[in-house]
Amino acid sequence: MMQSALSALFWRELQLARSVGGGGAMGVVFFLILVSLTPFAIGPDLNLLSRIGPAILWIAALLATLLGLDRLFQSDADDGSLDLLLTAATPLELVVLVKCVAHWIATALPLIVASPLLGLTLAMEPASLAGISLSLLAGTPALTMLGAIGAALTAGLRRGGLLMAVLILPLTTPVLIFGVSAATAASGGTVPFHIPILILCGLSLAAVAGAPFAAAAALRSRDA
Amino acid sequence: MLKYANPTNFLALAARLIPWLAAATALLLIVGLYLTFFVAPDDYQQGASVKIMYLHVPSAWLSMMCYIIMTSAALGTIVWRHPLADAAQKAAAPLGAAFTLLCLVSGSLWGKPMWGTWWVWDARLTSVLVLFLIYLGLVGLWRTIEEPAQAARAAAILTLVGVVNIPIIKFSVDWWNTLHQPASVFRVGGPAISGSMLWTLLIMALGFSFLFLTLHLMAIRNEILRRRLRRLSIDAAHAEEKAEATA
Amino acid sequence: MNQQFALTSLSARSVSVDRGGRAIVKNIHFELRAGEALVALGRNGAGKSTLLRAIAGFLPLSGGELTHAGEASEAPLPELCHYVGHADGLKSALTASENLEFWARMLATPSSGESLAPSQALHRMGLKRLADFPVAYLSAGQKRRVALARLFVSPRPLWILDEPATALDVASQEILGEAFARHRASGGMIIAATHAPLGLIDAAVLDLSATDAGAIGNA
Repeated sequence: MMQSALSALFWRELQLARSVGGGGAMGVVFFLILVSLTPFAIGPDLNLLSRIGPAILWIAALLATLLGLDRLFQSDADDGSLDLLLTAATPLELVVLVKCVAHWIATALPLIVASPLLGLTLAMEPASLAGISLSLLAGTPALTMLGAIGAALTAGLRRGGLLMAVLILPLTTPVLIFGVSAATAASGGTVPFHIPILILCGLSLAAVAGAPFAAAAALRSRDA
Repeated sequence: MLKYANPTNFLALAARLIPWLAAATALLLIVGLYLTFFVAPDDYQQGASVKIMYLHVPSAWLSMMCYIIMTSAALGTIVWRHPLADAAQKAAAPLGAAFTLLCLVSGSLWGKPMWGTWWVWDARLTSVLVLFLIYLGLVGLWRTIEEPAQAARAAAILTLVGVVNIPIIKFSVDWWNTLHQPASVFRVGGPAISGSMLWTLLIMALGFSFLFLTLHLMAIRNEILRRRLRRLSIDAAHAEEKAEATA
Repeated sequence: MNQQFALTSLSARSVSVDRGGRAIVKNIHFELRAGEALVALGRNGAGKSTLLRAIAGFLPLSGGELTHAGEASEAPLPELCHYVGHADGLKSALTASENLEFWARMLATPSSGESLAPSQALHRMGLKRLADFPVAYLSAGQKRRVALARLFVSPRPLWILDEPATALDVASQEILGEAFARHRASGGMIIAATHAPLGLIDAAVLDLSATDAGAIGNA
C-alpha cells in the first residue's frame, strides 16, 4: 500500500515537472544561460576558460538546482495538497524523499547530461569533461536534498524564493569545494580523483539520509 | 490576403499548399545535397569539411529569417490582436530554436577541424547563442502561460524587445572582426566563392526556406486546431455543468 | 452499508489553539460518537477553520487534548480523517481522474470499509463526463466536486469539512447531503464548518463566537 502511494507520488511529480511550464527543461536553459554569460564577464580567452571551466559549471549547476527547488513544496502548500499529504498514512519523510528523487531526475539529471556539451564551449579536455559529469552525478543529490530543507522551511511564505537561497547556499559550501576539486583532479593535479569524489558521494549519502527528517520536521511545524 | 487572415480560410489554404510545398522542399533538398556531395569542389585549404557550410549557412540565414517572421507576427498580435498572428508567432519559436541549434552545432563541427576547437567565443557565434537563448525563453513563455491570448501578448513584447539582437548578429562581423570568417556572399564587389559553390549554397538555402515554410504552415495549422480543441473542451465542460443543473 | 468503522468516539477536552501568539480557539469541549455530526458555527474569524485544522493535525494544540477510541485507535487521528478545506488540493495540469487516482492511492488506508473506484466517485459527484478534462478547464464548483469525490475513494471514519458547500449548486448540495447521511448511517463522523443545510440538521452545534467555553447545543 505504501509502495503504491509512493509510486503514485513519484509519477505524478515527474508528470508535473514535464507539464507545468516545462519546469525541468527551464533548469537546463538557466544552466546554459549562466554558463554562456560567464565568458562575457571574463573574456573569450580559451586557456583561461578551460582552466576555470569546472568552477563555472559547478556554480551554474548549484544555482540552477536551487532555482527550481523553491517550488518543491510551495505549489503543494498553495493548492492544499500539502495538508492532504500530512493526512496520508505514508510517513512525511518518505514523501519528501520521493519528491526529491523525482525532482532530481527532472532537473539535475538533464544538467548532468548537458554539462559535457557546455564544457566543450569552455574548451575543457575530455578527461575534465568526464570529471565534471561524474562529480555532478555524485554531488547534485546533496544539493537537491539540502535545497529541499530550504524549500520546506520557506513553504507557505511569500517571497520565500530568495530567502531559501540565502538559507541554503552557505550550507552547500562543502559540496562546491569537493565538486570542483574532483572535476579539476580528473584532468591532472596533485589530488587523486578518487578522494574528492568519495567525499562527495559521502556528502550526498548523508544528505539523502538526513535531509528528509529535517525537511519533514520543517513542513510539520509550518504555521498554516 | 485579408481573406486568408480568417483561420478557417487559412486552414483551407494550408491544406492545399502544404503538399506542394513539401514536394518542392524535398526536390530542392535532394538537388542541393546532390550538388553538395558530388558537384561542389572541396576547398583547397579546408578539404571536404567545407561541405558543412551548405548546412551551416542556410540554417544561420533561417535562424534570422524566422525571427523576422516572428517579429511581423508579434506586430500583428499587438496592433490587430489577430489570432492567426498569435498562432504564427507560437509556431515560429520552436522552429527558430531548432534552426539556430542546427546552425550552432554545424558551426561547432566545422570549427573543430578549422580552428582546432569546438567553440570560440567570438562575437558572431556568441550572438547566435544569445539568439538561441531568446528562442528558448520564448518557448518557455509560451509553455508557461495557460491562456493563449495572454501568452501571445507577452511573447510579442518579448519578441519585439529581442529584435534588437538581429542587427547585432548581422553586422557583428563588421564590428568585431575576429576569428570567424567575414561574410562572403553579400559583400560589396560580388560574391567571393566560386560558381558551383554559390549555386549549391543558393539551392540549399532555398530548400531550407521551403522546409521552414512547410513546417511553419503545418505548425500554425496545428496551433489553430489546438486552440479550437481547447475552446471546445471548455465549452463542453460548461455545457456539462448546465445539463447537470437542469437534470 | 453496515460495515465496521474504526472510530467509536472522538472527544475534545478544553482544546485551545494559538496562532501568532493569540489564542484563536479557547477551551473547546465536544464529544462525538460513531454516526454523529458536529457543525461549527461562528462569525468570520471566530476560529472555525483553525479548530478544524487543529483536529486534522495541521496545527498543534496549545492546550487540552483530543482523544479517539475505536478499533484503529492506534493510528494517529490525521490518518483517520478526510480533510476538505478551502484549497482543493488539485493540480490544474492534470485531469480530474488523474488527480483523484493519485489521492486514492496516497490516502489509501488498511481499513476494510467500502470505497469507490475514482471513476465511480466522479460519477457519484456528477462529473463522469468531465473526468478526462484538465482541472484547469473546470469551474470553481466543478473543482470543489472533484475535491469532495476524495471522500469516497478511501474509507476514513472522520470527515472534516471546511465550508464544503462553497461554489456548489443546489443539485450538488443534495448529492453531498445524501453522502453525509450514508456516511453517518454506516458509522462515520462528520465535523463541518458550514451554513448550508446539508442534511446535518440533527447535528450538534458548536458555536465558537458565543462563549469562551464553547457551549454545545442542538440546532
